[in-house]
Amino acid sequence: MNLDVLAGCVATASCFVTQVSTGLIVGMLLFLVASGLSLIFGVLGVVNFAHGVFYMLGAYFAFAAYEATGSFVLALLAGAAGAGLVGIVFERFFMSRVYGKDLLMQLLVCYAAILICDDLVKIVFGADYKLMGMPEAFATAPVEVLGGFIPGYYIFMVGMALGIGAVLWLGINRTRLGKIIRALAINPQMVGALGINTRLLYAGVFGMGCVLAGTAGALAAPVRTLTPGMGLSVLIESFIVTVIGGMGSIPGALVAAILIGLTRAFGAIGFPLFTDGLMFALMGLVLILRPSGLLGARTA
Amino acid sequence: MSAPPNPGVPILEVKGTDVFYGASQILFGIDLAVARGQTMALLGRNGAGKSTTFKAIAGIAPPRRGQVLLSGAAVSGKAPYLVARAGIGYVPEDRQVFPEHTVEDNLIVGAKAGPRGDRHWTAERIYEVFPLLAGMRHRMAGRLSGGEQQMLTIARTLMGNPDILLLDEPSEGLAPIIVRAIGDLIRTLRGMSVTILIAEQNMHFCLGVATHATVIDKGQVVYSAGIDELRGNDAILQRYLAV
Ligand SMILES: Nc1ncnc2c1ncn2[C@@H]1O[C@H](COP(=O)(O)OP(=O)(O)OP(=O)(O)O)[C@@H](O)[C@H]1O
Ligand SMILES: [Mg+2]
Repeated sequence: MNLDVLAGCVATASCFVTQVSTGLIVGMLLFLVASGLSLIFGVLGVVNFAHGVFYMLGAYFAFAAYEATGSFVLALLAGAAGAGLVGIVFERFFMSRVYGKDLLMQLLVCYAAILICDDLVKIVFGADYKLMGMPEAFATAPVEVLGGFIPGYYIFMVGMALGIGAVLWLGINRTRLGKIIRALAINPQMVGALGINTRLLYAGVFGMGCVLAGTAGALAAPVRTLTPGMGLSVLIESFIVTVIGGMGSIPGALVAAILIGLTRAFGAIGFPLFTDGLMFALMGLVLILRPSGLLGARTA
Repeated sequence: MSAPPNPGVPILEVKGTDVFYGASQILFGIDLAVARGQTMALLGRNGAGKSTTFKAIAGIAPPRRGQVLLSGAAVSGKAPYLVARAGIGYVPEDRQVFPEHTVEDNLIVGAKAGPRGDRHWTAERIYEVFPLLAGMRHRMAGRLSGGEQQMLTIARTLMGNPDILLLDEPSEGLAPIIVRAIGDLIRTLRGMSVTILIAEQNMHFCLGVATHATVIDKGQVVYSAGIDELRGNDAILQRYLAV
């Protein structure tokens, strides 16, 4: 433990600002991945254990598009759309066959997807680390806040994630499609009897969840090293986020993701050997005090 | 409501339909025809096969033999959502509102064009015919009373502009005064020449709202006639409907 160092950082504006911004971008990536996970679970009732794969694919698709075109906008679109398309194919051909089946079967299908996709990435891109580098537009001097420095890209990432979260929330709560999707989560047979193609909608929702993970991967690409298997730690952390925030709650995912991000950033200073433990401790605490999560519906 | 093609052909025809649940046969060659503007009651005791007939029509329990025709075109074998789009408005038993949606959002989920692209029923039109719902449009459907939920499920299906409305036991579990309100509603719809097929055990309710009746027993049609003829047929009433 390094509580003195932690106290010193919290007391120093520059260190505090730096750690908060680091925590926020970790949190924003987790928020995007976790809201996709939560959306899929909320509507389809399955846990997409392969969700980390789509984060990884988003990063690699973005990397490849950036290498090919030099455009970061195209890289983001490629990451989001690529992960979404693979997600729809995965749902149609594999996941949809194990709906309502044994949890172990679902786990097995997802685990197979993880192994296969990780290996495919290895074959196509190589097993070594890849760096995408900071896009031109963000290669500017960091913004100074209270003596701390925040890279321009961090601000962009936070804005993107919050914007996407807001659009998602509005889409689910205010649009007709969102209302249909919420109804689908509750009574799919009735939704079908009203003339709505529920299978198509399931595939669309699964794809949308994967788009969120892929977008996170693409946004992470300039600031993370890319490796096959990079999705695993993100998957575990987004599970923690979903548990803390409450399954199915987008605002809950946001709050929990920021909590986890800050825990990691400050934990790395105060408890360098126990950062992961802190996250699990936080999750345990929430589970004891509020089993349905911070903002989850209080049912059962 | 725009008129379906082929005015001479019944809106709905069920022909020689067998339905099985696993190995056990539930329906045995059901024949049924509902003409445009009719309110047909499908009567029968507990377990006679009324709900199963509806599920066969709606594509949820596809017939092993026989056919379901809508204005002469086969819908049997289609997925339930395609059957709904073809113009069959199925309101299942148990008042399946979306409880965490508002009344209006329930209607919005049900909204679609009819089979010929018509959008006769809008939320505003629904509120004119169901004034009770107009006052609760922003209330959560799960907080409505049983009767209000029943009206909402009917309204929600009407929002899809069907050619025929299938109501499975709309009076089930409701207080007599509420049953009367549902009856009034069905008569109002009948007055607007909505074609309706109602499954019921409550014979008195049906005698008050229907124009025609078909009686089934143990998965077979045993009687079919105009409602006045059934009212006068004590033998049938006694034997199959236990009054
Ligand atoms: N899913 C099912 N699997 C097997 N048998 C079923 C199933 N659903 C219904 N049955 C049987 O089919 C028969 C007809 O049931 P159905 O629900 O169609 O009757 P009903 O006329 O609607 O009765 P009620 O008035 O009680 O609603 C009954 O004997 C019932 O036990
Ligand atoms: Mg029934």
